[in-house]
Amino acid sequence: MTDADRALLARRPDLAAIAGWVAPDSRILDLGCGDGMLLRYLWEHRRAYGYGIEIDDANVGACVRNDVNVLQMNLESGLSSFQDGSFDCVILSQTMQAVRHTEEIMSEILRVGREAIVSFPNFGYWVGRLQVLAGRMPVWGDLTYQWYDTPNVHLFTIKDFEDLCAKLGVRIRERVVLNNGKPVHTLPNLRGSMAIYRCSAR
Amino acid sequence: MNAPQFQPGSVGIVKPQKARFDSPIHLKGGASLPAFELAYETYGTLNAAKSNAVLVCHALNAAHHVAGVYADDAENVGWWDNMVGPGKPLDTNRFFVVGVNNLGGCHGSTGPMSLNPATGKPWGGDFPVVTVEDWVQAQSKLADYLGIEKFAAVMGGSLGAMQAMQWTLSYPERIRHSLVIASTPKLSAQNIAFNEVARQAITTDPEFHGGNYYEKGVVPRIGLRLARMLGHITYLSDDAMMEKFGRTLRSGALGFNFNVDFEIESYLRYQGDKFSTYFDANTYLRITKALDYFDPAAEFDGDLSAAMARAKAAFLVISFTSDWRFAPARSREIVRALLDNRRVVSYLEIDAPHGHDAFLMDDERYMNAVRAYYGNIDL
Repeated sequence: MTDADRALLARRPDLAAIAGWVAPDSRILDLGCGDGMLLRYLWEHRRAYGYGIEIDDANVGACVRNDVNVLQMNLESGLSSFQDGSFDCVILSQTMQAVRHTEEIMSEILRVGREAIVSFPNFGYWVGRLQVLAGRMPVWGDLTYQWYDTPNVHLFTIKDFEDLCAKLGVRIRERVVLNNGKPVHTLPNLRGSMAIYRCSAR
Repeated sequence: MNAPQFQPGSVGIVKPQKARFDSPIHLKGGASLPAFELAYETYGTLNAAKSNAVLVCHALNAAHHVAGVYADDAENVGWWDNMVGPGKPLDTNRFFVVGVNNLGGCHGSTGPMSLNPATGKPWGGDFPVVTVEDWVQAQSKLADYLGIEKFAAVMGGSLGAMQAMQWTLSYPERIRHSLVIASTPKLSAQNIAFNEVARQAITTDPEFHGGNYYEKGVVPRIGLRLARMLGHITYLSDDAMMEKFGRTLRSGALGFNFNVDFEIESYLRYQGDKFSTYFDANTYLRITKALDYFDPAAEFDGDLSAAMARAKAAFLVISFTSDWRFAPARSREIVRALLDNRRVVSYLEIDAPHGHDAFLMDDERYMNAVRAYYGNIDL
């Protein structure tokens, strides 16, 4: 592992779990792919190949520099460009909370992909709960935005997400919950700052 | 006397060259030319492996003079000089760049102004209608002539981008990257309509004489001027035109006559006049037809995905949000066809205000993306 990889893993605690679930040589779609480093990492370490969708100009430019396929589109409408079952895996890494039409995006990603990997900040994390109790909106390690500059429009917890999956008939195949990068096994909805799920259509 | 001063990053003084081909070229429309010449320019140096050649294709009104200036005409700067040069997005320190005037052109390549060997007179109206496929075929002969087996990239904007796309279909083994900027997989009815008005302006000019105006020593200047004025309207967005000209009056007050009142009128007249002095009307007619006829999906029952299946190149597709001539939705059709074929493709939709002409402008996001893309091409 290179220094760049280590720095990336420190910055993206969900990345190791995601990489572990992406099969070698699989075709992937990364929604809200940022600077493309996840795609690049998955190419270098898994030979997984695919596309990123990103709307932000600076991020799209970074993707081109990082030599990954990027499509500058709104991810909530851009998925219509893909045929059913185009991908082995669709990744929604720390993006779900910023999506407007959550139910539609869940069904779209499981239309174009056989599997979905979804990671998000867990708003059930005890630090956040205490902050709300103290009369403030939550701000912690994985969730650094202030209320006035956050792109997040839907704040939800591990329990909330699992309820949605049940409602939509989405099968949860695996789950990893992290607290500042370290796995949490007991009281995940209270102790976990971030959750990563591997899902498929039932 | 001072040495000529170039802008930083200019390729400096360049010299147009000519390549002659003495074997016949068969055109899509059924006609053939027994021999032909292509005017071209090159910048940078072809490396030993011949792996760094980039072909830049021109659109409607440009030609092979892509970058730099001429020794005897320092004002005549290449049409994509902001894109091509040492340290520019298409860096001539790294790449060997080829610009070519297309077949049927009026800047030195064989076209309607050339002599028809069968008659000894200029071809005029008898010069065949040429297509994007024909141009690409002729460009491939130039590549052979220059010893280029495979282009690192073929690049163009608008009609130039159609050629970059066609290269991936006509010669999939001879192109590694295709940069398709501000383009479309085929013209819409509205696009064709604008072209038809331009053609009618030319062909109904009393000086047109069925295209055989050279021998009469006249030029259908009025028609060509109108065609160009119309074209210019479609190259700019409404906002860009308003921003640039507004309703500003040329002389400060309305004239209550039919002379120029508004700056935009003056601009269009100036552009039309200028164009009509250097561009050939027969070439203009043929280029608009090449635009109208371009439709790689046509032979696949309109299925662009099936048409693009032949392509092997990696693609960079770029559109501009304010381009209403070839709107972003048209570029997304190209991207979708490439995705259906699981091709290597990146797509940028640049939020630029200038309209179709944005592909010639210095938008930082656009320039940086092209620079980064070329930076990642292995030589």
